This record gives sequence, structure tokens and C-alpha cells, in this order.
Amino acid sequence: MELHELKIHELHDLLKNKEVSAVDVTKAYLERIKEVEPQVDALISITEEYALKKAEEADKMIQDGNINDLTGIPVIIKDNMCTENIRTTCASKMLEDFVPPYNATVVENLSNLGAVMVGKANLDEFAMGSSTENSAFKTTKNPWDLSRVPGGSSGGSAASVAADECAFSLGSDTGGSIRQPASLCGVVGMKPTYGLVSRYGLVAFASSLDQIGPLTKDVTDCAIVLNAIAGHDPKDSTSVDKMRKKDYKEFLKDDIKGIRIGYSKEFFGEGLDDGVRESIESSLKIFESLGAEVKEISLPYLDYALAAYYIVSSAEASSNLARYDGIRYGHVATNYEDLIDMYMVSRSEGFGKEVKRRIMLGTYALSSGYYDAYYNKALKVRTLIKKDYEKAFEDVDVIVGPTSPTTAFKIGERVEDPLAMYLADVYTVPVNIAGLPGLSLPCGLSNDLPVGLQIVGRHFDEGVVLNAAYAFEKACNFNAKPSFKGGAR
Amino acid sequence: MNYEAVIGLEVHAELLTKTKIFCSCTTEFGGEPNTHVCPVCLGLPGTLPVLNKKVVEYAVKAGLALNCEISKFSKMDRKNYFYPDLPKAYQISQYDLPLCKNGYVEIETSDGVKKKIGLTRIHIEEDAGKLMHENIDGSLVDYNRTGVPLIEIVSEPDMRTPEEAYLYLTKLKSVLEYSEVSDCKMQEGSLRVDTNVSVRPVGSNEFGTKIELKNLNSFKAVQRALEYEIKRQIKLIENREKIVQETRRWNEQKGVTESMRSKEEAHDYRYFPEPDLVPIIVSDEWKEEIRKSLPEMPEYKKERFVSQYGIPEYDASVITSSKPLADFFEKCALEYSSAKIISNWIMGEMMRLLKETGKEIDEVPIKPHQMASLLNLIDNGTITGSIAKTVFEDMFMTGKNPEEIVEEKGLKQLSNEDELREIAIKVIKDNPKSVEDYKNGKDKAIGFLVGQMMKATKGKANPQLANKLLKEELSK
Ligand SMILES: [Zn+2]
Repeated sequence: MELHELKIHELHDLLKNKEVSAVDVTKAYLERIKEVEPQVDALISITEEYALKKAEEADKMIQDGNINDLTGIPVIIKDNMCTENIRTTCASKMLEDFVPPYNATVVENLSNLGAVMVGKANLDEFAMGSSTENSAFKTTKNPWDLSRVPGGSSGGSAASVAADECAFSLGSDTGGSIRQPASLCGVVGMKPTYGLVSRYGLVAFASSLDQIGPLTKDVTDCAIVLNAIAGHDPKDSTSVDKMRKKDYKEFLKDDIKGIRIGYSKEFFGEGLDDGVRESIESSLKIFESLGAEVKEISLPYLDYALAAYYIVSSAEASSNLARYDGIRYGHVATNYEDLIDMYMVSRSEGFGKEVKRRIMLGTYALSSGYYDAYYNKALKVRTLIKKDYEKAFEDVDVIVGPTSPTTAFKIGERVEDPLAMYLADVYTVPVNIAGLPGLSLPCGLSNDLPVGLQIVGRHFDEGVVLNAAYAFEKACNFNAKPSFKGGAR
Repeated sequence: MNYEAVIGLEVHAELLTKTKIFCSCTTEFGGEPNTHVCPVCLGLPGTLPVLNKKVVEYAVKAGLALNCEISKFSKMDRKNYFYPDLPKAYQISQYDLPLCKNGYVEIETSDGVKKKIGLTRIHIEEDAGKLMHENIDGSLVDYNRTGVPLIEIVSEPDMRTPEEAYLYLTKLKSVLEYSEVSDCKMQEGSLRVDTNVSVRPVGSNEFGTKIELKNLNSFKAVQRALEYEIKRQIKLIENREKIVQETRRWNEQKGVTESMRSKEEAHDYRYFPEPDLVPIIVSDEWKEEIRKSLPEMPEYKKERFVSQYGIPEYDASVITSSKPLADFFEKCALEYSSAKIISNWIMGEMMRLLKETGKEIDEVPIKPHQMASLLNLIDNGTITGSIAKTVFEDMFMTGKNPEEIVEEKGLKQLSNEDELREIAIKVIKDNPKSVEDYKNGKDKAIGFLVGQMMKATKGKANPQLANKLLKEELSK
């Protein structure tokens, strides 16, 4: 096994036993990045110099007996999380040269633990999209098939893990942006409960839905990373402080006897690929074989989730993105007539098509005369969906289903059809609307492409989700790797 | 036809918290441009606001002092608009659920009529930055003021005359100062006033077309602008011309209002709940705690001063117009028995010197016990009343003890009979005209002669003794 193929916990054992140094590990990953990046295009920045410095620091920590689960472990951060003195672009021309003077809280947490950031991942511009084709800089490819998308918007984060460019990455999930690319790239991705992880330093898309989470090679690693990033942050008022800090590794048990698992018939409607359906159905059988109680539940308002999501998220986005006006930082037009013109030209030039589409939609939904018809109604739907879940969770402990209705689709296939693209998030969006924790892990292959299984839990019940995922992972024994090996092809 | 005005006011007051509303930057006035800023108040990508608890506390305090209901549950909203002084391109404010509602301010007009002016709401919000256009090519922005906490106090359209608006503002300012939530310095922008005014025939219940007035730099300017604007509107109505709903600016130099922009360009602010902040919950316990921290308000203090210290109502209202002045009075009254004498000194010498020097009462170094010592020195005959004024002025400037000043400058009253008699004899000799007048029955002449003795002793002669000795010598 090569170093870059190892999981966090495997690398950790080597580092702890001093079989390798953090600098060795970092160099191996930087090598790997150089080798595969020309084909995968997962990264916007490679932070080589910074990484080597961090690796030396990590080695010092290890020498001092200060090692923890992430010391010396290479990580890639989605490029919508602020990194001090390192450019943070959101894959937008608007922020092409933006260098934040602060770290996002999650970045700070990882840095304090000695994790080594080796690069920043590509994404759909401002995290809007489901294929990473909306990046202003490059289109990331799916390591399982380079002609296909990695999903989005954390496509760069997911592909970089699948292509072994890092041991784990961080993504952000507003409507499925961690789970859907995790599913398409055959890795584990988790969106924690809204409020569990600080959003400070995450460049906002839709504040009431955004949540940062891990993308990893297995469920154990997911628990390790969650341990590092979960917790109250005084800089984010919506981060919850009444939660007692948990050790999520304690939930990694293969015993799930008696756990009640729900699936909704609404999951198996139109648009679901047959291959995906088969994998999910056999996954339910695996759960049964493990002694879990599998039962059907109903989530009747699920049909309205996507519509409500696009209203709320676009409304918030239109407001969050208003600050990119060319006045203080970022792209500024050179030819304009007056102040209003300067705003308009700067924004026309700086933003891509999808971002503009959502700003328009959100502005419209909030404008006087339409507020009640759209935004307010969307908030009501949001409440109904929350109630749906509350009711369902009276009978079950977790809800499972497909993460994405299809496996990875071809690059360019849906670019001209935004509505088809939006359907990629149909199973993940309701979870954001309700603020619940959701995890996607690989559960099989369909036409040689990975299928993701989504496990959703009650608020702050990440432990139970991880428990179910861990037991499933062991039983399912999914060990396929992308056919892509890097190097010349 | 007779017309009446319908006036409503919107007042923005900066709260006196040490730090800004959503970050820990200082709210101190001044400072080099863009030095009191951080990523949060600059609205840099990824930053999040965290509500300063003190801001809520101060706003609740203002609400209680202004007789408002305090909302148990309120929230922050975003008000979206583009302007270079607004870093996030939205202002975090409150929309449909303000922190305080339904209050009132009581005013008393010059005819002695008491009137309640309703307060629709008080809400909290963040201030924007400041644009500077002077002496440069282009414009500059100073973001020091962004994120300074404000309360916006919106009145009902309950005022009918510019005088009422003036009285309302004066009262509002004194309540805010009393409750120590704002220093209300208009020159530093910590109090800003906009007003809405329309005109209608007396007796009508309908409202006329509303004009908004801006750029009002003092309460007097508010009054004058309203006076002008009301006349302008009446004239338009009488000439059967249309009043256009618009915003007008007060031009202080010319004494006129000028059109600024028409209301048709009005923004669609696209308010929606601020998703980065959790709702504001004010528990009954917290509210009561804040209520207990409220000082006595001016009207209660005034009544109490009249009944407790027996000073005239006029004196009480002058002294309680400012909290520090009232505090000074009360502390002096603890040290000296005659409250009326204290109030005379405060309203006379103290107010005169404050006015002359432009100082605030809290900058004056005189301690209440020193004030009492001064008054005791008069009572026990150590100094004369007129010398006391000189001593007071010295105390006002230096903060020295009165005894020390009297000693240093040799200001003790002259009560030595022999010494004074000699002076009396000399004065009689030097002023034969007055002596003759006196002898011809003009009693007033004695006053002049006493004055001459005072002059000769630089004011130190005991006036009663001087009088007595003069009479004795003249009757010889
Ligand atoms: Zn600040």
C-alpha cells in the first residue's frame, strides 16, 4: 500500500509508531497531487510551502508526545472556507485574488490539531451547483470515470479524496453539496446537524442551510474528523453551545440490533435509476440481516422540498452575495460611468451564470409584492417538512435511502438544463431544510460507478447515524477503488 | 381656512456601549479612518455577526425609560440596499418585531398644557460608515462607524406644532441621557433626527401628503425647518398646487427646505429574517433587573426635589434638566442645610460659569463638600457674599478648597472695629457730597458710603459693621 492510499486512522498508527514522519507523509501526498491533478483538476490551490511548514510543526508535536488523531494528516479544504493569508476564491472570478486575514474556525481547529492542509478544492462557484461545472476556473473530473462529473458543489473535495490527493477533505453542504458528490465519487461524506459545526469563515451561500462537514475514505475517519470540527464557537451565534462535546468514535460499533430503520416510499419514485434502486434495496436487506428493524415511513411533503429550497437558498444567497460590489475587495470593473454602473459592471463581469440566476431568483422572491407568495410560503413548507421528519422519528431512529437519484453523469450533460441539474439534490435537500444530520456512504456499484446510501438521523444524533453507517460499512464490505490510477493515461 | 400640521419624528441615537453591536471593535468617536474595524464589521466574506448583549440591555433600558412594552421575543432582520458605506450591502436591523413598542413621552407646552406623544417603536440596528467626498478625486469611505449600535425611536404623528416637536426632542434627549444609554451629542452624530410633516385643515381626520425632512443638525434647526415647511405647504394648498411626496433637506444658511429626491425612487429593502443570528429573548427576570438599574427620571426627580428640599418648582426643573447637575445639587444638600441657597448658587454662579467656559458639569472639579464649606464660610462671617463669588470662580477653575483660597489670597472678612472705624472716617472725609445728602435725609447715600468702604477693603469689610460704624461717625 502506498501512503496516499491509507485512511486517517492507518496513517495515524504509522505516525504514532514513528514509522513515518509527517514530512514524509506530506511529501508523498504532494507527489500524488502532482501526478494526478492534471487529470482530475480537483484543486484551485496547492499549498505546498505552507504544507511542508505545517508538517514540520506536526513532527515537532509528535516528538513532544503531543500526537492526536489528525496530527500530520493531509487535508484539502473546499475553497469557500477562509484560510489566513491563503487565497480563498469560492471558484469565482469575483474573489479570484481575495486573501482573507483570518481562518475559518474549522480550519483553525484542524490547524491546532496539527492537520496539514495541502490544497484548496475546486467547487461550483459560491457552492451553487451539483456538478462542479460552475467553477470559474476548471471542471473537476470524477476519478471513477474522467468523462463524468464528481458531483457538486464539493466536487473538488470529494474527487480529491477519491483520487487519494489527501486523507480527507472538508466540504460544505447547503442542499446536498457534501453527500451528493460523496455518493458520486464513492467516498463517505457527512453533513452534520445545523449548528453542530461553526460556520465562521465559511463564505456564505445560504446561511440558514449551510453546514461544513467531512469527506473521508471510511466511516471511522468521518467520526475522527467530526470530533475535530464539532463544537460551539462564540463567533457563530447559530452554533449550539448546549451540546456536551461527544467522542464520536465511541459510536463506531458494529452492533445495531434493535435499531429502527425507516425508508420512505417517496424515495423510490420517478427519476430514480434502476441500478441505484437495486443497490438501495439490497442495502435495506443488509440492515435487516444485521438485526435492525426496517420499516416503511411516509414523508408526504417531500415533493415540495426542492421548490422551497430554491426559494429560501436563493433569497439568502441574493443577500449574502450583495457585498461583492467591487468597492472593498475582489473583482472591480475598470470601465463604468457612475456608482450604480460600477456595481452593475463589476457584478456582471465577476459572477457566473448560475450565480446570477440564483441572485435574480432570490431578489425576485424577496421583493415587495412577492414576498408572501414565495418566501413566506417557502418558510411554511419548511415547517411542514420539519414536522414530517419529527413525526417519522417517533417511529424510527434513522431514515435511509438513496443519496442521489443517479450515479455520476457525463460532463456537459445537464449544463443547459438547470432544472435537471437541480434534481440531483432531490434526496439531500430536505435534510438541510430540516437541519438534520445526514451521511452518505458507498453501498454498491451500478455500471461500475459508485452508488451512495444516505443515512439521516435526529437533530444532534450523529452518533446513531455513525453507528448505523459503521455497521453497514463492515457488512457491505465495499472495497472498490476508482479504476483511475493516476499518471499517464 | 385654518390649518394644522401633523408631525412625526424618527430619532437615531447611538448607544453608549464600549464595543460595536456585532464585534468587539471600539465605538469610540474619532480615530484615524478605518482603524476601529475588523473583518466582522467590514462584512468580509465568511464573517458572522454576534449580537452584543449590552446593546439589548441598553435598548431595553431606553424602552423602559420611555414607557414602552418590551417584547419577550424579537428578532433581527436584513434590510438590503447597495451603498458604499454599507459593507455587507445589507443593514442588520429589526423589521416586524421590534424590541420595544407603544411607549410615550410627556411634554408640557409653553401654555402649561401637558401632552403625551406616542412612540410607535424602538428597535436596534447597526450604523453604516461615512463617505468623504472633500478635496479628493473620487470618494473615500471610513468604516469606523459601521456596526456602532443605534436605536431608532419612531414617534406617532402626534405633534401639531414645531414647538411640540422641539419639546419632544428635548424631553427625549434628557430621558436618554438620564438613563445613560446615549450621550446624545448631535455634533458627533450620536443623535440624528428625521421628521415627517404634512398639513391639513383643522378638524380634518385625513392626512395630507407627507414630506420627509433631513439634514437637521440641531433641535432649533428641526423647529425652524418645520416652521418653514408648514408655511410652504399651506401656501401650496392655498394656491391649489400639488404637494409632491418627497424628501427635502434643510438648508441652514438660506433658512429654506430644498428638494432632495422624490419618493418614487424609494427602495425595495427586501427585508427578511437575519439567518446568522438567533432570536432575542428578554425574560421577565432580565427585564426587571434592567428596570431596577434605571435611575429616577427627570419628572419624578423634579417633584421629589420640590417636596423633599422645599425648593421652588422653577428651580427644581432647571436643576433636574441635567442629571449630573441634579446629582451635584443632591450631594450638596447632604452637606449643607439650606437647599434654596444651594439652588441659588447652582442656578446663578454655576450656570453662568458653565455657559462662559463651555464646560460640562462633570468636568467641573468642585466637590459637594467644598461647596458646603464655601457656604459655611459665608454663614460664619469668614467671608462676605461677594468675596464668595470670587472664591467660587477659583474653585470652579482649580478645584481647590475654599479655605485654602481664602487663606492664600487674604480674603477674610474685616471685622476689626478700630481698623474699620478709621476707614469709615476716611470715607466720610473723602465724600462730602454724599455726607451732605445723607444729612439732608437721603438714606440711600449710606449705601454708597458702604460701597466705598468695600472698595477700600477690596470687598472684605463686614457689611453690617461698616454700616453701623458709618452711622455712628456721621451722627457725631
Ligand atoms: Zn469590528
